Amino acid sequence: MHLDHEHTVFPQRHTWAGPTARPDGSRRALRIGLGGPVGSGKTATVAALCRALRDELSIAVVTNDIYTREDADFLLRNAVLPPERIAAVETGACPHTAIRDDISANLEAVEELEDTVGPLDLVLVESGGDNLTATFSKGLADAQVFVIDVAGGDDIPRKGGPGVTTADLLVVNKTDLAPYVGSDLGRMARDARRQRGELPVVFTSLVAENGVAPVAEWVRARLAAWAAVPA
Amino acid sequence: MNRAALLLLADGRFPAGGHAHSGGAEAAVTAGRITGPGTLEDFCRGRVHTTGLVAAALAAAAAAGADPLALDEAADARTPSPALRQTARRLGRQMMRAARTAWPSPGLDALATARPRGAHQPVVLGVTARSAGLTPPDAAHAAAYEAVTGPATAAVRLLSLDPFAVTAVLARLAPDLDEVAARAADAAHRCLTEGTGALPAASAPLLDVYAEAHAGRPVRLFAS
Repeated sequence: MHLDHEHTVFPQRHTWAGPTARPDGSRRALRIGLGGPVGSGKTATVAALCRALRDELSIAVVTNDIYTREDADFLLRNAVLPPERIAAVETGACPHTAIRDDISANLEAVEELEDTVGPLDLVLVESGGDNLTATFSKGLADAQVFVIDVAGGDDIPRKGGPGVTTADLLVVNKTDLAPYVGSDLGRMARDARRQRGELPVVFTSLVAENGVAPVAEWVRARLAAWAAVPA
Repeated sequence: MNRAALLLLADGRFPAGGHAHSGGAEAAVTAGRITGPGTLEDFCRGRVHTTGLVAAALAAAAAAGADPLALDEAADARTPSPALRQTARRLGRQMMRAARTAWPSPGLDALATARPRGAHQPVVLGVTARSAGLTPPDAAHAAAYEAVTGPATAAVRLLSLDPFAVTAVLARLAPDLDEVAARAADAAHRCLTEGTGALPAASAPLLDVYAEAHAGRPVRLFAS
């Protein structure tokens, strides 16, 4: 399901998370952060993105688990990437701190991946499940995706908050569940547009064949913009 | 005198990765040794007089201008637990990133080049203090302070302790921190002429044993 096609073209953006080159002068990977509430489908989205893009791009993933390696282990179990391309960062009970206030462990994980399995085109940094205020530091992520789901309540886009309002892409996941939980997708789309203006929103159902396609398409567009930036 | 820089360096919000570490407190909570403010105070007092003293002396010596690579070896020799050596280097590397942005200096650059995987955190802390125009006693105070504030903050999260009671614990420990910092600064001064053998080598075997157990645990909130 893809209610918002005309808005999937993102506005051009020319700010990037720190230098675009690595110390040896080569181009560093584009870093995309994925945040959102617990259970909205962040890890499933990361897994689906890896499957959709791994044949055309060199990808690595950094997970920020809250108290275990669950998310990293899920990705390993499902073999979406070779194990050496997945790194887990521990967050000391504060997932938002590790992606926003003190990003040192995440930056280190990204750089270690680039050193050991690089060169990379894309690093996906998945935050630990948090609340609606979680956003990525501009020092860590070049762009951020906020993942919510229809079963978490169709009033979440109306409530807004930094994740819903400012993320470069809002993903409303689990649209297949909408009839069962009484969520109004049209209302969610209207509320999201009111909160986000021209920033894109996509609706996904990852149980459908190639359900992650709208997100993958957005990632490809970000990569094209990234490649166009002079090193 | 550069007091504000010391406050900045010692602030728990200084972005050097410390928030993900409990300084052994999580393992001690799991073992049933920290259960409330009283046992937290015992834990912190023990930590600051042992590994805290060693860290403070290393930091002070680095701030005094001793060879950071010799200090890094001395830190290895004083850290029996492989898990804690790895943690110290990881945190050192993370502090280096923040330090080189906040107080860039040739000394920090040289250490980062010589130890790309990270030097022990107290050594990086000391070189950072030097770059910030701070004195060896300042560096010792910062190291001693974080030896107790890390576990205290973690205990608040792990046991839902009353934050006022925990702050009172830290306030009661303040004289201990001053004493440890003074001893550390004195040892650092002697280190300049006598070498790293003049630095204290106090250890806390339970911290080492628990750190190894913690590193192998599949479910934990803090990395160490």
